[in-house]
Amino acid sequence: MKGIAVSTTVNGDAVDFVCHGRETLLDVLRNHLGLIGAKEGCGTGDCGACSVMLDGQLVCSCLVLGAEVEGREIETIEGMADGDRLHPLQSRFLDHAALQCGVCTPGFLVAAKALLDRNSNPSESEIRYALAGNLCRCTGYDKIVRAVRAAAGDLRRGQKAQAKRRAAG
Amino acid sequence: MTHDSKFTNQKFNLVGTRVKRPDGVDKVTGRARYGADTFAPGQLVGAILRSPHAHAKIRRIDTRRAEKLKGVKAVITSADLPDLTDGDDELYDILENCMARGRALYDGHAVAAVAALDAETAREALQLIKVDYKALPHVTDVDEAMKPGAPIIQPRVRTKDKPGKPTNIAGVATYGHGDIDAGFEQAEVIIEKSYKTEQVHQGYIEPHACLASVGPDGQGELWVTTQGPFAYRNTCATLLGMEMSQLKVTSSEIGGGFGGKTHVWAEPVALALSRKANRPVKLVMSREDVFRASGPASSTSINVKLGATRDGRIIAADAVLRYSDGAFPGIWGEIGAMAAWACYDIENVRSVGYDVIVNRPKVAAYRAPSAPMAAFAIESTVTLMAEELGIDPVEFRLRNAAREGTRASYGPTYGPIGLVPTLEAVKNHPHMRARLGKNQGRGVACGFWFNFGGQTCADLTIGADGTVTLSVGTVDVGGARASLSLIAAEELGIPYEQVRCNIADTASLGHNDMTDGSRGTFSSGMAAIFAARDAIEQLRARAAKAWDIDVQNVSWKNGRAMAKGKRKSLTLRELAEASANTGGPVSGHSQVVPDGAGVSFASHICDVEVDPETGATKVVRYTVVQDAGKAVHPDYVEGQFQGGAAQGIGWALNEEYVYGEDGRLQNAGFLDYRIPVCSDLPFIDTQILEIPNPNHPYGIRGVGETSIVPPLAAVASAVSDAAGVRMTHVPMSPPRILAAIKSSRDRQALAG
Amino acid sequence: MRYESPTSIREAVALMVGERGDAYLLAGGTDLLVRMRGEFIDPDLVVDIKRLPRMQEIRKSASGFSIGAGVPCVALARNKPLVRAWPGVVEAAQLIGSDQIQGRSTIAGNLCNASPAADSVPALVVAKAKAVVVGPGGRRRLAVERIVTGPGTTSLGKGDIVTAIVLPNPPAKSGDAYLRFIPRSEMDIAVCSAGVSLTLGARNVVKQARVALGAVARTVVLVPQAARAIVGTRLEDDALMQLAAACEAACSPIDDKRGTVAYRTEVAGVLARRAAAIAYDRARRRR
Repeated sequence: MKGIAVSTTVNGDAVDFVCHGRETLLDVLRNHLGLIGAKEGCGTGDCGACSVMLDGQLVCSCLVLGAEVEGREIETIEGMADGDRLHPLQSRFLDHAALQCGVCTPGFLVAAKALLDRNSNPSESEIRYALAGNLCRCTGYDKIVRAVRAAAGDLRRGQKAQAKRRAAG
Repeated sequence: MTHDSKFTNQKFNLVGTRVKRPDGVDKVTGRARYGADTFAPGQLVGAILRSPHAHAKIRRIDTRRAEKLKGVKAVITSADLPDLTDGDDELYDILENCMARGRALYDGHAVAAVAALDAETAREALQLIKVDYKALPHVTDVDEAMKPGAPIIQPRVRTKDKPGKPTNIAGVATYGHGDIDAGFEQAEVIIEKSYKTEQVHQGYIEPHACLASVGPDGQGELWVTTQGPFAYRNTCATLLGMEMSQLKVTSSEIGGGFGGKTHVWAEPVALALSRKANRPVKLVMSREDVFRASGPASSTSINVKLGATRDGRIIAADAVLRYSDGAFPGIWGEIGAMAAWACYDIENVRSVGYDVIVNRPKVAAYRAPSAPMAAFAIESTVTLMAEELGIDPVEFRLRNAAREGTRASYGPTYGPIGLVPTLEAVKNHPHMRARLGKNQGRGVACGFWFNFGGQTCADLTIGADGTVTLSVGTVDVGGARASLSLIAAEELGIPYEQVRCNIADTASLGHNDMTDGSRGTFSSGMAAIFAARDAIEQLRARAAKAWDIDVQNVSWKNGRAMAKGKRKSLTLRELAEASANTGGPVSGHSQVVPDGAGVSFASHICDVEVDPETGATKVVRYTVVQDAGKAVHPDYVEGQFQGGAAQGIGWALNEEYVYGEDGRLQNAGFLDYRIPVCSDLPFIDTQILEIPNPNHPYGIRGVGETSIVPPLAAVASAVSDAAGVRMTHVPMSPPRILAAIKSSRDRQALAG
Repeated sequence: MRYESPTSIREAVALMVGERGDAYLLAGGTDLLVRMRGEFIDPDLVVDIKRLPRMQEIRKSASGFSIGAGVPCVALARNKPLVRAWPGVVEAAQLIGSDQIQGRSTIAGNLCNASPAADSVPALVVAKAKAVVVGPGGRRRLAVERIVTGPGTTSLGKGDIVTAIVLPNPPAKSGDAYLRFIPRSEMDIAVCSAGVSLTLGARNVVKQARVALGAVARTVVLVPQAARAIVGTRLEDDALMQLAAACEAACSPIDDKRGTVAYRTEVAGVLARRAAAIAYDRARRRR
């Protein structure tokens, strides 16, 4: 087996790995880089449990070849918290009991963050459609949607407060 | 007192509060380790070759080329899993299901397996294994399999207690009481209806996964996603010829199970591969494998006959329920027959359940197994009867509902139960008064589940700093560690944060039955209470020793030992700090086999909108009312209600196994096995009722399963209301709804 | 399996032509990787075309739009002029899978995957879209409906690469729309689908129309009879019924896990009616 050497950036860190041509970004994250937060629920892009950001774009890492990410920037669930400070989405998922088994949770958080990064005040319907690519079998999605809505509010308030601080100079 | 399980109606400080779960941060940061998330030094990758035939004789398996491939470390067939089951049919079935023995019994049946250095090599090795099959006639439909002349799938099977010719009917079970014929003679209105439900899968997001390691010394370890590490250990050890104590099974975090992880599938294969290669082997099922070769729920065919008086009293009820078991005998039809009429107080009642073998994967439990299909048929017929009699369907159910003292159709006489309160709550719910729009309809339905106690034990150890480790043997499938910590903290009188709940491996605690039958919080909760009381006794004794008084004079309150005449009490922490000098560590233990799990009832309301031109259905409003006994952590009780309802809605509308003429599964993936997505569902309202279980100190009943029982019928009645035609085939997919609407129009045109 | 990521089209063509085994192009990969995973294909070579020049661009010119073969579907909706010009095409692209899928999938890939149920294709066909094909024989433009020849098969030769999809400027007073039927609200493959584009004349009478159906035949089908049924009308009920009837007559679907012959046929007509109404409404609002 001839390996393919790849240099890329994961959660801001420069990393190198060698992968087989058929290996996906998900395989690489989990088996070569030890980042197990992204899960394989289907391997066919139908469940969203492997969601990551690739150059700022939400993707299923099971549908990206490892070899494709040369020179790209990848963000995973492992990079979402700022040190010991959880992202508001992470906190709200805990407050709202928005997880039961938790295996879909990393994918939901990554997808929800992608939504809130481009729409700071999504409606219930916008949240539901934006998360339609993430399957959850435990919760019926109720508490997930509520948690995302609450986190959106936190983020808006945070931004307002920040703007105020800046204005106050 | 220590082990008294009677309900005490105590006031709670912690139980019933919405605390944060202890495993939460790990799960929102990606650190939590599930079945596929652990790695062992030198581990190999396992892979399984599966039958492409629904039914075939395996003449020969040639593994030579695979064995020669560089990087392949072990290749196994059933020859590497000799029969050690010693005449135990059930175990033999498990063995044969793990690896075909001369015959492939369904599309996806494992026939060989490899372990190799990496996934790519394992994949190549599977391609090099040549299997010589002789295809045999197959049958996948439950009704077809019962017909005379159907292909026989298990030649050794006879209908239970009926020696004779080989058959696919593995069991017939009859329940009920009274005189059915006399009952129907007295009935003024009789309704007969036939129903069908298709096979569904639990659809847990995490595929089966394990890491197995067995050495030549006969010792082994298994890290696995499971609902029952002890059951997995016992089964795997027996099949592999290992001593139980030599195999340590550790349950990983579990990414959903719903009954599907109560049964071993690939784990004995992984162990056998590891033993042969003498290296750790990681074996992870693909999603396709999960659909084809784990344990979905039965498909069914059901006939219901219901007789009532004009004034609204059900006087006779009969049901024949046929459940497919997959390729091996099961008890799913029998459970369906038991659950069928459990919601009603009926003088003359009968249910007959058939267990039928077909060329499909071996059926496993799925959340209140067998009850949703029975409830679909029975609740639909009950609504039809109410309509026929011109009585409101909720009112009609109230008139016939089972209550305390009712003799259930499956035998027992009920104690205090919550069915009537759930119906009253439905009757008074604003949802019932909300106006329906165009093309919208409403349905209500009830559901029942037995619940289960089972073997349970727990250890509660107190650290030198006074913090508490609670070890339980029931896997936490969705928040149980929070609930059990609440219970232990409540009992000890200490803050919730001072307790850490740990799911023990099989080497660290006595046997525990699986997390099934909605027993986790009920049973382990009881064990936790008793273990805490055991620890408190010891703490009182330590305090008595310190004070040099009789232990009878020491009481325990708010986390401290107190005694009359002692101005200063001793806190848990003080007692713990001193424990090294007062007799060593304090550790409470308990083992229980609680019966009286407390049956559970729910009533659901569903509104849908049906597009009359396409048959598309949208659930626009949904309400769950269920008796929880006592909601230890209301968030997670609501979560169980909502999750079960969502699964039931999916089952009702779009989920089904589609088999081709060739007996092969056509939709083994999440693209075409359509579980509900976020945009398919509305918020699911919940109302928790608390009718205490008299057989639990805190009044707890299991809450996990009942919520999946009513939705099939609730959605069916709503769709029928909206579309103007009674739906009798689940899932009510758009083509089925459109066809029903059209044929009803044709009938009306013909009649008009 | 070899993976190559050439930076010139000439190099990409040469790689494809030079490969003796099975060679596949990788654009978004949302079909290719699924087919590899399911063992439907076993490539010896995968050529990633995303790093070719201009693959990631949507260019507006005097004659219309050129959408590079590497442009993910999500980018179409972010291009305001394109959304204004061809809302039906953009909506069709927005229906391909989840946000995650749209972050990768491309309309060129959707076309070349050659599924009869491809969401973007009926919309592209009624928009008179063309595919820019570069291969060993040079560069050519082909009407989109000439690319797919059957389920999984195309008219493209060895080494031919679709580098862009081009759309004309929409005529004045025109509108387009695309609808599909799926059992859930998201994430499914179309059971059947319909794309309609139409141009209005005086007094809002339909002057020209194109109607295409998906998932009801071996390829996406253009249905001239259906277009004729609404030309000269203002989409009165009668015209819509005739449109639906013409669509039903043009259907030759199969029974499979996603739908039955009867269902697909009937619902294709329903969707065509509904899509025509949306397109008509859009045309009326446009100058």
